[in-house]
Amino acid sequence: MSNFSKAFSSSLGKKLIMSLTGLFLCTFLIVHLIGNLQLFKDDQGMAFNSYSYFMTHFLPIKIISYVLYASIIIHAVYALVLTRSNSKARPTGYAEYNGKANSPWTSRNMGILGTIILIFLVVHMSNFWAQYHWGGLPYTKYEAELQNPDAVTVTQLPISAVPLVHSDYVDAQNGTKVLIAKDLYQVVHASFKQWWYVVLYVLSMAALSFHLIHGFRSAFQTLGWDHKRYVPLIRTLSLWVFGILIPVAFAAMPLFFFFFK
Amino acid sequence: MSGNMNLTLKVWRQKNSADQGRFVTYKADNISPDMSFLEMLDVVNETLVKKGEDPIHFDHDCREGICGMCSLYINGRPHGPKRAITTCQLHMRSFEDGETITIEPWRAAAFPVIKDLAVDRSSFERIQQAGGYVSVNTGGVPDANEIPVPKVIADEAFNSATCIQCGACVAACKNASAMLFVSAKVSQLALLPQGQPERYRRVQAMVAQMDAEGFGNCTNTGACEAECPKEISLTNIARMNRDYFTSKFFKEEDIH
Amino acid sequence: MKLDAKIPEGPLGEKWAKHKFNLKLVNPANKRKYNIIVVGTGLAGASAAASLAELGYNVQAFCFQDSPRRAHSIAAQGGINAAKNYRNDGDSVYRLFYDTIKGGDYRAREGNVHRLAEVSVNIIDQCVAQGVPFAREYGGLLDNRSFGGAQVSRTFYARGQTGQQLLLGAYSALNRQINEGKVKMYNRHEMLDVVMVDGKAQGIVTRDLITGKIETHAGHAVLLCTGGYGNVFYLSTNAMGCNVTAAWKAHKRGAYFGNPCFTQIHPTCIPVTGDHQSKLTLMSESLRNDGRVWVPKTQEMSQRLRKGEIRASDIKEEDRDYFLERKYPSFGNLVPRDVASRNAKEAVDDGRGVGTSGVAVFLDFADAIKRLGEDAVRAKYGNLFDMYYQITDENPYKVPMRIYPAVHYTMGGLWVDYNLMTTVPGLYALGEANFSDHGANRLGASALMQGLADGYFVIPYTVGDYLATIGPAPVNANHPAFAQTKKEAEDRINKLLSLKGTKTVDEYHRELGNIMWEYCGMARSEEGLIKAKGLIRELREDFWKNAIVLGSNEELNQSLEKAGRVADFLELGELMVDDALHRKESCGGHFRVESQTEEGEAKRDDENFAYVAAWEYKGESQPSELHKEELVFENVKLTQRSYK
Ligand SMILES: Cc1cc2nc3c(=O)[nH]c(=O)nc-3n(C[C@H](O)[C@H](O)[C@H](O)COP(=O)(O)OP(=O)(O)OC[C@H]3O[C@@H](n4cnc5c(N)ncnc54)[C@H](O)[C@@H]3O)c2cc1C
Ligand code: HEM
Ligand code: HEM
Ligand code: SF4
Ligand code: F3S
Ligand code: FES
Repeated sequence: MSNFSKAFSSSLGKKLIMSLTGLFLCTFLIVHLIGNLQLFKDDQGMAFNSYSYFMTHFLPIKIISYVLYASIIIHAVYALVLTRSNSKARPTGYAEYNGKANSPWTSRNMGILGTIILIFLVVHMSNFWAQYHWGGLPYTKYEAELQNPDAVTVTQLPISAVPLVHSDYVDAQNGTKVLIAKDLYQVVHASFKQWWYVVLYVLSMAALSFHLIHGFRSAFQTLGWDHKRYVPLIRTLSLWVFGILIPVAFAAMPLFFFFFK
Repeated sequence: MSGNMNLTLKVWRQKNSADQGRFVTYKADNISPDMSFLEMLDVVNETLVKKGEDPIHFDHDCREGICGMCSLYINGRPHGPKRAITTCQLHMRSFEDGETITIEPWRAAAFPVIKDLAVDRSSFERIQQAGGYVSVNTGGVPDANEIPVPKVIADEAFNSATCIQCGACVAACKNASAMLFVSAKVSQLALLPQGQPERYRRVQAMVAQMDAEGFGNCTNTGACEAECPKEISLTNIARMNRDYFTSKFFKEEDIH
Repeated sequence: MKLDAKIPEGPLGEKWAKHKFNLKLVNPANKRKYNIIVVGTGLAGASAAASLAELGYNVQAFCFQDSPRRAHSIAAQGGINAAKNYRNDGDSVYRLFYDTIKGGDYRAREGNVHRLAEVSVNIIDQCVAQGVPFAREYGGLLDNRSFGGAQVSRTFYARGQTGQQLLLGAYSALNRQINEGKVKMYNRHEMLDVVMVDGKAQGIVTRDLITGKIETHAGHAVLLCTGGYGNVFYLSTNAMGCNVTAAWKAHKRGAYFGNPCFTQIHPTCIPVTGDHQSKLTLMSESLRNDGRVWVPKTQEMSQRLRKGEIRASDIKEEDRDYFLERKYPSFGNLVPRDVASRNAKEAVDDGRGVGTSGVAVFLDFADAIKRLGEDAVRAKYGNLFDMYYQITDENPYKVPMRIYPAVHYTMGGLWVDYNLMTTVPGLYALGEANFSDHGANRLGASALMQGLADGYFVIPYTVGDYLATIGPAPVNANHPAFAQTKKEAEDRINKLLSLKGTKTVDEYHRELGNIMWEYCGMARSEEGLIKAKGLIRELREDFWKNAIVLGSNEELNQSLEKAGRVADFLELGELMVDDALHRKESCGGHFRVESQTEEGEAKRDDENFAYVAAWEYKGESQPSELHKEELVFENVKLTQRSYK
């Protein structure tokens, strides 16, 4: 076992941890994006709030969330450890350094980009995630007609309303499907009406884009997953999916709320 | 052919490893574009010697790009502005008349400066000694043709074997990582049938020594590949990582 | 002292086997009690150090570079010969032996050369087992090519860097022994002298090139594997650091120097561009398979060419002199190295050279490109053309290459017997540092073979014989000879450092080179050699008065290193001239103007010169004494070369 743990303390082992946590975050990002796409639904947050509830209460997903938090922390800690040992490896720098001649900008600035993402995550999670878990969030009641699911009546429940628990049932008498849920949608809506929030998000998504253009393919190189046949695919995914599609879709959310809601 | 050039050199001078070191500016006048970069320094040194000043020290030997002795970080890049060559193969026609050229030693904790532009690369030696070989004694080996090697494999191993141990990869890498160099040797022997018996032991031993020498960690920036005079490919790094993880997690033998 | 080459009796093919049996063995338990000093880590030194350590001896190895792998063996391009006969084209040990003897123009020993051919096959096996990536065919087996005009394909190669790959093999074996603690490696150390105790070599004096520390090292035997001395010519294809210091100091301590004037000049090098030139770059000889060598017919045209008034393509076919094709119709451009080189120099001396300096001849591929197409030419010579382009900035697909001969290899070296021992007991010389095996001319791809043969397969047997004789008692490192020799080395360094004249060491070196090239190069005459001798003496005297050597001993001091080496070259140069002067025959790569046929070709004189000239050092400014080792040819018939 000690050998096994030593494997992680070597330079390659630390890199392995970076890449596994990084890739895990990448998969999370896909799931998170798909979930968040519900924000674009014109249903006053019914689908989104129901999804939020599911994500926080379904056991396997809860477990995965803990892995996720750990990943973020480990990824950030190891980033720090590696960056420090890298700067120790060159105590005297060059007077003239022409990095752009031999390497992409993104690859040379992963630490800075990561730090921006970290700041983003702190703001982001304290705003949404901490709110959801511990903040006093309002509840909203959605009543959809069984006959015509598009006809939804939305009632914001006062904080004092009882009982304030999440519930999801069919009301046979009224012929409706009822959902009473914490209204995270409102929080999101409110947040994204503040300009500085939007700016922070958009900038952070730019940082995320650059971090992932390099990071996604870098993780495969670190894992040694490198084959003539697959490398082009990884590079394509790196750029188009993780570098462009995902960050743009995320960035679209605050912009959408700010301008159109 | 263009005429001769006048250049300004900003050269790192450092008396010995204990000295602080500083940049000193020199004029290099009437430099022929046909000179190699090192010949240009020879000319500057001749004038320094005549003036009784200590000549600029730099490592070099073969002057044809194969021994790996020459170094020099020129205008922000190891081995200067051209791809796939060493400093001794760089010619002055790659510079412009009137240009200021900054010349620094390789910078890395594992490559301490000995004097001026010459650095100590014995860390590379120790990595090689840790496992860069196939353990066979002289004599008592099979006939050469009893070990067939598919041509594609042989060619790939050859590509890895062309590394000249110059250290430009470390100098170029923003993390001063030696991954390209180490992986080139690991790859060469990992690819060939001769290297199989010690394949996993070797990668562990060499990586452990690399870490002990204080090189940085690779973040896959690719500068090493871009600046390597022999164009050693990043694939070697991936291959080494793969072998290392395989050896650590799936093999019995665990030595480091 | 009478020279005894110790060549074993008996039929040629059995000599080595019998000799191996007769050599004394060192008890395995005693091996670790012996220290062996190996100076040099090229093919010869690295292979010897590794093999001896594997046997159990303690080895201390030295090189002046920062890594053993940077020895100049690394620069060899073409390939390595071995009588494997993998091609079924009629090769055999005997044929390789015969070709090597003949190629050396009958100035090498039959016994040594046959042994070399015998062990050549083991070398390839050894290297492959180490993981040396030789070229292969699609079937997975080794590829061969014909090299340097050989009639059979016996050359193994690794793209254009056979030397590097072979050296990496030996280096890896050496590293393994360093790791196991059997070899102590001293990088950036220069050997300055041999320590003689009771008439035997028992140690060396070295300078740590970083700290300047002068150290002594004791050993039961000392192996010099320090390479060739081609840099006596200043410009050569050798690395900048190649030197004669170790061999020369050994010579001064009693080791005879064999055939010092035998140097090989390679015809296809990239020519000099100006006074700044520091070294010359070799291009593979294979270029002559398709390139045509020529100069303009008239001096006047050559003048215009040099001034840039006309270009090569402006010169009409009938105004070109394809001198090799003209003079040697059957071999044409493929005449041996020395013939091609000499003729190029003649054309240049005749004022018909090309390039701005006028010191070059054309090697033209226009016909080949027309005949085979540019792609085919690129496939064959692509790397060489690229290299040429990168150095000269001229595109050889469009304009003819310019080439000129350059010093490439020294056949001469320390005289050794069949056991590779010099005339000093306990002092051995291996690889290019010794004189053996190549006679008056070396075949392409044979130096790598010899270096590895000496190191892997000869010395491990022969050194044991000597060690068993002297016994394992430790060498007394406190013997006054150590302190004395160390003091002498220090005195010399101080003397060098006291030189505060007006001329740089490089200037002396360049001048020496010019003298050697002009008078002791490809063609030599009595008159020229006598003149050269005087010039060298003057230069040497001037050096010790007027040179500038800066800095102190206690630091990395390249100025001092260079000065020490050049000082030794200045002494060696004179011995080379003496040797050339006394050898009044043309042979191998050497053309003695006084010894030629009516057609102006080299004429060998077997009656008077079929011997090895071994020179004994007699003291400063004393004439060296010549000893002759008569060469006996029992198996081959001596024939004159003819390439007409
Ligand atoms: C450009 C070029 C191409 C060639 N191509 C071929 C070819 O294709 N085929 C072929 O067969 N041959 C070729 N040769 C010849 C062949 O490469 C050499 O003859 C051979 O490699 C010499 O090996 P070596 O071990 O004797 O010496 P080297 O490899 O020269 O090694 C000398 C060693 O001695 C050390 N040393 C020297 N002096 C001192 C000192 N004073 N103190 C301490 N250490 C010292 C050096 O550090 C070095 O380690 C070529 C040569 C050149 C120059
Ligand atoms: C918490 C803040 C973060 C910091 C400080 C940070 C920092 C870093 C650093 C320094 C690297 C090393 C560069 C490299 O190896 O190429 C890295 C790699 C990586 N990061 Fe981040 N990052 C952070 C967040 C993220 C997030 C949120 C994701 C994904 C959504 C991510 C994905 C990756 C990936 C895939 C890699 C590549 C791993 C590898 O090369 O093996 N990172 N990160
Ligand atoms: C810009 C669009 C985004 C929106 C609208 C958004 C919205 C949300 C919301 C509402 C939550 C709380 C939900 C919950 O606790 O289940 C949440 C949680 C979270 N978000 Fe985002 N997010 C966005 C982008 C991102 C990005 C780009 C990242 C990563 C880099 C990220 C990382 C996280 C994490 C780690 C959590 C906590 C997850 C959990 O508890 O499982 N989010 N996000
Ligand atoms: S990998 Fe390239 S840059 Fe690094 S030491 Fe080898 S040849 Fe030099
Ligand atoms: S430049 Fe450095 S970061 Fe890795 S890819 Fe090369 S070692
Ligand atoms: S001096 Fe040998 S590679 Fe540059």
